[in-house]
Amino acid sequence: MSYRTPLSNVKGLGTANEGSEHFWRQRVTGLANLLLSVFLVYAAFHLVGQDLTTVKAFFQNPLHFVLSTAFVMSATYHMRLGMQVVIEDYVHNEGSKIGLVILNTFYTAFVALAGVYSLLKLSFGA
Amino acid sequence: MSQHKLKAARPLSPHLQIYSPMLTMMMSIMNRLTGVGLYFGILIFTWWLMAAASGPAYFDWVNSLLDTMLGKLVLLLATWGFFHHMFGGIRHFIWDFAKGFNLATVETMARIGVVAPIMITGVLWYLLCS
Ligand code: HEM
Repeated sequence: MSYRTPLSNVKGLGTANEGSEHFWRQRVTGLANLLLSVFLVYAAFHLVGQDLTTVKAFFQNPLHFVLSTAFVMSATYHMRLGMQVVIEDYVHNEGSKIGLVILNTFYTAFVALAGVYSLLKLSFGA
Repeated sequence: MSQHKLKAARPLSPHLQIYSPMLTMMMSIMNRLTGVGLYFGILIFTWWLMAAASGPAYFDWVNSLLDTMLGKLVLLLATWGFFHHMFGGIRHFIWDFAKGFNLATVETMARIGVVAPIMITGVLWYLLCS
């Protein structure tokens, strides 16, 4: 029994060969999140309940800034990959699927930009 | 040309409803639920960062909202979700190395995956609040 659709037989292209890349990036960003979670706990102890002056001083430390930004980038990339799989698993209407996958990209890009911008402003701003 | 010919005759795996719930299956579902929860939960974290970047008045207001019972509940849930998902991810990493597939190990890992995140969340919040 052939599992290929007639359309794929006509195209003769096989898969897009991107599946393993998606899987791999999900793991690499997951690993980055895992390692950075140590910093997140450390940051929580320095930031929870503090006033703005203290918060700014925290992010003005270069290492704190770099690790926080790394977390924002890794987490948003990771969650974009993850949500895309969830969408592809449950949404079977081609139009809705493509629409939601695009929306997923927009949302995660917004979260990433908002986070990175805020961190930049906190660390460079007066 | 009739529509059905466009679809390949692919076999279907048994659907979710066929299985009786087991811990390992619940943990798989929970990993997805916590992942999706964090997907939206990260907005709180981002909102807090933007508030800090916006200035003291707005920052204080956001902090006062997060300091309410409801705010704390959401943050507590997010902390737990983060560690629950993290342990689920670690289990995936172990499986990715083709290790830990025998049933006893799978079962043990599932139990650790339930208990450890709750404990870590508890200890962390206790320390942060004291
Ligand atoms: C703390 C360290 C983390 C680790 C080790 C981790 C690991 C993983 C792994 C291995 C997967 C793939 C699961 C699978 O193939 O079924 C995954 C899925 C996912 N992750 Fe994470 N992750 C982490 C943090 C996060 C964070 C912070 C977010 C969101 C902000 C997130 C969102 C997601 C989503 C939405 C999925 C897809 C869920 C699914 O397909 O069932 N993860 N994660």
